[in-house]
Amino acid sequence: MIRLTHDPIDHAFLTESVRRPGCGAVVTFLGTVRDLTGDEVTLALEYEAYAPMAERKMTEIEQDTRARWPVGEMAMVHRLGRLEVGEVSVAVAVSTPHRADAFAACRHAIDRLKELVPIWKKDLAPGGHSNWVHPVAMEADEKQ
Amino acid sequence: MSDRVTVRVFARMREIMGSDTVVVPVPAAATVSDLRRGLELLWPEAQGVLGKSAIAVNNEYAEPEQRIGAGDEVALIPPVSGGSGTS
Repeated sequence: MIRLTHDPIDHAFLTESVRRPGCGAVVTFLGTVRDLTGDEVTLALEYEAYAPMAERKMTEIEQDTRARWPVGEMAMVHRLGRLEVGEVSVAVAVSTPHRADAFAACRHAIDRLKELVPIWKKDLAPGGHSNWVHPVAMEADEKQ
Repeated sequence: MSDRVTVRVFARMREIMGSDTVVVPVPAAATVSDLRRGLELLWPEAQGVLGKSAIAVNNEYAEPEQRIGAGDEVALIPPVSGGSGTS
């Protein structure tokens, strides 16, 4: 299941939704808004997506993850709009028969999501300062 | 003979360019490289981010030599949030 949403992510529901009788392992990753990056204070983050491409890339990541690991079910949700410190911005839940595969598949899915899915965040700092986070480490070979 | 490509822009590029879509003049039968050159001519002050941005055609990352056809949906994709692996 792939979704972009402006509403809070119900990660307990998401975790339940991937449970399967044949899967003895469930791993859920949550990305949350951190208050500090180095010594820079973050008050909130604002997420923006190129939605049709983001959904397409997330679907491809799900297909790729299923091709590599024996996934029972998986779900990926990214939140958009303004999020306060501590809120969940992204959740990935994966079930597999055994735990090593669940950890590996979940790690793969969130790593690929962060490399390939066109979603950006604006860091809102104290004093009305803000800046878009555009890291420079996007190499050509990561773009597929 | 020249043509025009409408490009969707996001995040910092949207703020620099002042709109969520921009129209860029390009040569006839333009490629992704031609579009990139066109963007750099119009916004030389954004060259740093432009150089690190990808261009997507019809929701797929495009190669430099790919042709842009009439009716294609084109977007400028600045580096994404998590690309550094530290966030």
